[in-house]
Amino acid sequence: MTTATANPPLVRRLRLKVPALVLLAGVWMALMVGVAIFADQLRPYEITRMDLMARLAPMGTPGHILGTDELGRDVLSRLLQSIRMSLVIAFGATILSAVFGTTLGFLAAQFRGWVEHLVMALADFQAALPFMIMALSVLAFFGTSMVLLVGLMGFYGWERYARIARGLAISASAQGYASAVVQLGATPGRVYLKHILPNVASTLIVSMTLTFPEIILMESGLSFLGLGVQPPESSLGNMVGFGREYLTRAPWIMLAPSVVIVLTTLSISLLGDWLRDTLDPTIR
Amino acid sequence: MATYLLTRLLRAFLTIVLVMTFAFVVLRLSGDPAQIMLGPDAPQDAIDAFRARWGLDDPLWKQYLAYLQQLLNGDFGVSMRDGSPALALVMERVPATLALTLPALMLKLCIGIPAGVYAALHRESIADRGVILLSIFGFTIPSFVLGLVLVLIFAVTLDWLPSGGQDTWRHAILPIATLSIGGIGILARFSRSAMIEVLGQPYIRTAMAKGLPWRDVVWKHALPNAAVPIVTLVGFMVGALIAGAVVVESIFSWPGVGRLIVVSVSNRDLAVVQCLLLVIAASMVVANLLVDLAYGLLDPRLRAARPAH
Repeated sequence: MTTATANPPLVRRLRLKVPALVLLAGVWMALMVGVAIFADQLRPYEITRMDLMARLAPMGTPGHILGTDELGRDVLSRLLQSIRMSLVIAFGATILSAVFGTTLGFLAAQFRGWVEHLVMALADFQAALPFMIMALSVLAFFGTSMVLLVGLMGFYGWERYARIARGLAISASAQGYASAVVQLGATPGRVYLKHILPNVASTLIVSMTLTFPEIILMESGLSFLGLGVQPPESSLGNMVGFGREYLTRAPWIMLAPSVVIVLTTLSISLLGDWLRDTLDPTIR
Repeated sequence: MATYLLTRLLRAFLTIVLVMTFAFVVLRLSGDPAQIMLGPDAPQDAIDAFRARWGLDDPLWKQYLAYLQQLLNGDFGVSMRDGSPALALVMERVPATLALTLPALMLKLCIGIPAGVYAALHRESIADRGVILLSIFGFTIPSFVLGLVLVLIFAVTLDWLPSGGQDTWRHAILPIATLSIGGIGILARFSRSAMIEVLGQPYIRTAMAKGLPWRDVVWKHALPNAAVPIVTLVGFMVGALIAGAVVVESIFSWPGVGRLIVVSVSNRDLAVVQCLLLVIAASMVVANLLVDLAYGLLDPRLRAARPAH
């Protein structure tokens, strides 16, 4: 009962601090994360289970709320599984790219000289090459596989983290606290991880919320083109891609994943914008 | 100005070299080119002859130099499918892609920037909120979803426009709309925030305080300053003219560069993919270079050589 009495003030406090739209976005994202974790328990059917008597059943069919596809597979079950797949790839890739980029940026700031030139040249190279083209050419040369796909998506946007981390670390080491711990005998690793990283974390987290929706869109785009996640696995983009064949006869196959993609990217963008405004008053 | 130009040129050149190296490395890492070109069933003596012919038994640095020389001579290899030169295959697709991306770019510029500037000048008005809302929707809807929804509405339900192909100008309407809507949103949002930032600067207050008409404040003081960040973004859009329509061309079966990329990747037509990679990166680099030059014109402070970043 304590939660019931504590709830209204908490909700009111949240509503005062957070705009309603951002709150909705947060609820949606929590829902998506919940779906990703509990997809196995939530989905009514196996994603590969075919019900050939009920092919292309429209939305609202008893037993198949979101309808079925051309092989009689339940769209809701596939949708839940796809949400998990797309979110796992996007989370994994966002973290990979943040860690990779930040590490390179810190290395550039620590060693300066040719290391810095090398990192910056690589960042220029990445910025000059549209990511989709790079991804497509790598997939052309190595074929499509799940590990390769996540690894590849993990390069998305690393150059931004590298540039930000390098800039922040250089300005941080000019401030007193970094040189103070250095003179106390701290190793460079300790200085960067324990002292500089916490101080620059908010900016890095904001860039993560900006890259995350882009990675979802990039993965869906690749999967839509048939070059990302491969059947029998399914992701949101690959559902839209296959649903496209039945655009006129069964638009629901394509609409459900499309709506999820749009709402998810929209939510993260809203959350990211709000986070940026809250954490970084200088941009306002 | 000369040093500024020179460092920019040097960096552009370095980037191109890196892209070529990238193409070389992936090509070599992905397996024996002889096997790839001749197929898995090729007899051993054919493979040996191929290796000797293309110098695959030489040390790697020698191969790399030979490869660079080949590229500099304009030899980008031949397509595995029909043996025609890869560069010609790519180039003959460029006009079709530009027929979509150029009008789309025009729409983005002519709608996105004025909408953003108008919203910034009328902050908190209904128009401002409308612009923000539409622009957020514009860039969170992925192009493949937008394209299919447009097809569903205008081709399937209303039957006003064709859903794919390239026969008449009417076929280009839906792809151009799909391409431009997201960009309009991004540009509108970006111009709005750039303009708002400039309007908050002290020199705008000074200009207003000395009694300049609002028109002059906006046109002579605010817009030129807001133009600097906007040009950066437009530069990326110019760079994406050739490669930016991959998904849209696939949806509308438009025979452009993007379609060629997807088909070559599916067929693992490596020479064509590699050629595409280089052509696209080169166009990107040239666009960035043009933006840097435009900066020099827009912002006199940048003409002096400045330390990197």
